[in-house]
Amino acid sequence: MTTFFAILFTVATLTLVIGLGLKIAQYARTPAPLKIPTTPAPLTKPGVAFRLAREAVVFESLFKANKPLWIFAALFHFGLAVVLVRHVRYFQTEVGPLVALVQPLALPAGLAMLIGLLLLLGRRLVLERIRYITGRSDILMLVLLLGIAVTGMFMTKHVHTDVVAVKAFFTGLLGFEIRSLPGDPLLVVHLLLVAILMIVFPFSKLLHAPGLFFSPTRNQTDTPREHRHLCDWAAKLEDKRS
Amino acid sequence: MAAPFDTPVLGDVDERRIPALKVGAMAESKPYVATAAHQEPLGFPGVLEDGWEKKAIGRMGELLGKYRSLQVFMDICVKCGACTDKCQYFLGTGDPKNMPVARADLFRSVYRRYFTTAGKLTPGLVGARDMTKEVLDEWFNYFHQCSQCRRCSVFCPSGIDTAEISMAARDIMDTIGQGQKYCNEIIGKVHKVGNNLGLPAPALLNTLEGLEEDILDETGVPVKLPIDVHGAEVLLVTPSADFFAEPHVLGLIGYAKVFHAAGVSWTLSTLASEAGNFGMFIGNYEQMRKISMRIRDAALALGVKRIIFGECGHAWRVAYSFLNTLAGPWDFLDPRYPVPQHILEFTNDLITRKGIKLDKSGNDGMVLTVHDSCNVARGARMGDRPGGQFTIPRDVIRASVPKLIDMHPDTICEKTFCCGGGGGVLTDELLDLRLKGALPRMEAIKEVADRDQVNFVAMICAICKAQFTKVLPYYGFKMSMAGGVHQLVSTAIVLGNEQ
Ligand code: HEM
Ligand code: HEM
Ligand code: SF4
Ligand code: SF4
Repeated sequence: MTTFFAILFTVATLTLVIGLGLKIAQYARTPAPLKIPTTPAPLTKPGVAFRLAREAVVFESLFKANKPLWIFAALFHFGLAVVLVRHVRYFQTEVGPLVALVQPLALPAGLAMLIGLLLLLGRRLVLERIRYITGRSDILMLVLLLGIAVTGMFMTKHVHTDVVAVKAFFTGLLGFEIRSLPGDPLLVVHLLLVAILMIVFPFSKLLHAPGLFFSPTRNQTDTPREHRHLCDWAAKLEDKRS
Repeated sequence: MAAPFDTPVLGDVDERRIPALKVGAMAESKPYVATAAHQEPLGFPGVLEDGWEKKAIGRMGELLGKYRSLQVFMDICVKCGACTDKCQYFLGTGDPKNMPVARADLFRSVYRRYFTTAGKLTPGLVGARDMTKEVLDEWFNYFHQCSQCRRCSVFCPSGIDTAEISMAARDIMDTIGQGQKYCNEIIGKVHKVGNNLGLPAPALLNTLEGLEEDILDETGVPVKLPIDVHGAEVLLVTPSADFFAEPHVLGLIGYAKVFHAAGVSWTLSTLASEAGNFGMFIGNYEQMRKISMRIRDAALALGVKRIIFGECGHAWRVAYSFLNTLAGPWDFLDPRYPVPQHILEFTNDLITRKGIKLDKSGNDGMVLTVHDSCNVARGARMGDRPGGQFTIPRDVIRASVPKLIDMHPDTICEKTFCCGGGGGVLTDELLDLRLKGALPRMEAIKEVADRDQVNFVAMICAICKAQFTKVLPYYGFKMSMAGGVHQLVSTAIVLGNEQ
């Protein structure tokens, strides 16, 4: 069991890191030949950074679009964010102040995530428009996250696992050393699902997390008249100009 | 007026009615396919040839490598559906494939099949499809039910702009020999004659002379409409509709009066007798660039110091956002002015500096509302502050007209609806679509017409003007209710006592 998970998490981590790295490199490399910010847009780079921050932290555009969905999305994502920060303790020997700060929030964060996911799933099944655009992979993604959240919360609330051993296993892995992992069924399922999530991340719509920051409608300054914007392939066309 | 189809019933704007899905409602709506005569002059194959599937995928790959927007938008849609009730064509038709995400998915499904691991391994799971004739036909129909208005991009939490995807799809279809007649025929005319309407130089000169006489008769002031005048200060580039029909010409007369009153020398150009750039509609960079270069050539040939654009929405997007990229740098022009400038920036500046005088009584009895033209609102700017594209037209209108009432806040400024005719769908065979796409705008007009006795809708786009005059009557409004901002300036401006 321990060996299996050691291999699985090595593979999952490599897939996540390399896959995501390649995708991000691809987005960064692909030129944006034209200025296409959705206007009104900021005129300066700090303005753009602030716009992106608003999108990433408070989902500004989603708020304009759909208030109920914004609430569902906020429940899920903020819950997820806190949960992920809490999890840092499995990978660090010394936990930082932020991680310590959110330690008491296991229940509210887990519940927010769970309720958010259930509402998002319900919406997909109930609303005609959303059902129409929902594919099997969209449902599976929510079910996967639900599975992770439910098994995690059961461990937190009812069937405790040996958290110290879990931490030993993962800190060990980080140092290429195999220490034994508790065999509790809930933990096994939790970790199995997490590994699947990590592996599908770079191949799925989860790319929206890094992708947002590369979205030209959001990350460009509105300065086309002030500065000539010319990408490499467009510049090559100029050479042909007399 | 007898329509061969139903005019939708107007609802209440505040209710924000979302239609029930009518699957396949617009499956038959499509523009005419371009013939070889329209395709070949632009360097596109005349007809769909064997092996087009492979060519289409090849072109898709090229575009993915050239446009970050396309590559990123293909990957990052979470299918949240925030955009589903934002497109005027969905709101007007109820066809689910007119929901922006579903429209984009027509393209994305093919992308997945050929360019993603998930789509190659498990096509069924992620909705990946092979490129087939059925898929192509669906593309042709539904990517010509998008006016590239960018309304979806305002609301998408990931900033996905379905307009970019429509452009890419149209580019691919052109490349394999299934272009759209309307756009490609017009682009051909620009290259051959100099403008979208195909008005030859002698006809232009004739029209301008006639207009000069009309103005003289009406005002007693010899306002000129110069063309191809070497050494003029300003080159005015305006949509060719301004030379052709009402209400467009009334705006042109307005520009002429403003230049006259301000004492600024200006000229039109026969070479660049068109502001519109349909190269954007077909998503083709080379065409867009070639069309833009005419303006550079005209400016150089005439030795002007400034370039000003007349009222046109998609034209202003290309001019404001792309012209510097496509045809710059503009180092031979006067560096004190932005290149290009919008006529409204010019006029507004004169109003604030008291360089021209306006008398609102010239527009007595008018109660105005503004239709923010989509590509000005979301694809460009005016002035030196974000949102100037909303305040400057309103400031000029307030200086010209006694009363201005804005429509419902969900239907103006960045949230404005497209008139229903933009982005290459302003053609008669798509009238059904145009009529239905105009529904959200018509509902908003009706509200202010009923409540505030609004009797005129001002707009800053030639396509909007043409579309509104066509569809207003179907909804029980007067055709003459629509016109440009400079049409209002024209009737308010005080002429004859210039310093
Ligand atoms: C920068 C970080 C992120 C931002 C700004 C972000 C933003 C968003 C937004 C605005 C939505 C649409 C609203 C919704 O359906 O909830 C969304 C959907 C979604 N996000 Fe994120 N997200 C981020 C990171 C993540 C991560 C790390 C995960 C998963 C591990 C994730 C999973 C999802 C899922 C599954 C959906 C679709 C929900 C549904 O099916 O309706 N997101 N995200
Ligand atoms: C290698 C990665 C992970 C490990 C080792 C891990 C391990 C654990 C453990 C041991 C618990 C129980 C905590 C306790 O008893 O106090 C837990 C809880 C939980 N896990 Fe994970 N988990 C991992 C990744 C994830 C991921 C990626 C998610 C979300 C997408 C997640 C969601 C949860 C939730 C919601 C809980 C319950 C709330 C909480 O305790 O914070 N876990 N996890
Ligand atoms: S709003 Fe954006 S992310 Fe959401 S479904 Fe529409 S295109 Fe996809
Ligand atoms: S760009 Fe406009 S017309 Fe096209 S899908 Fe988006 S909202 Fe609809």
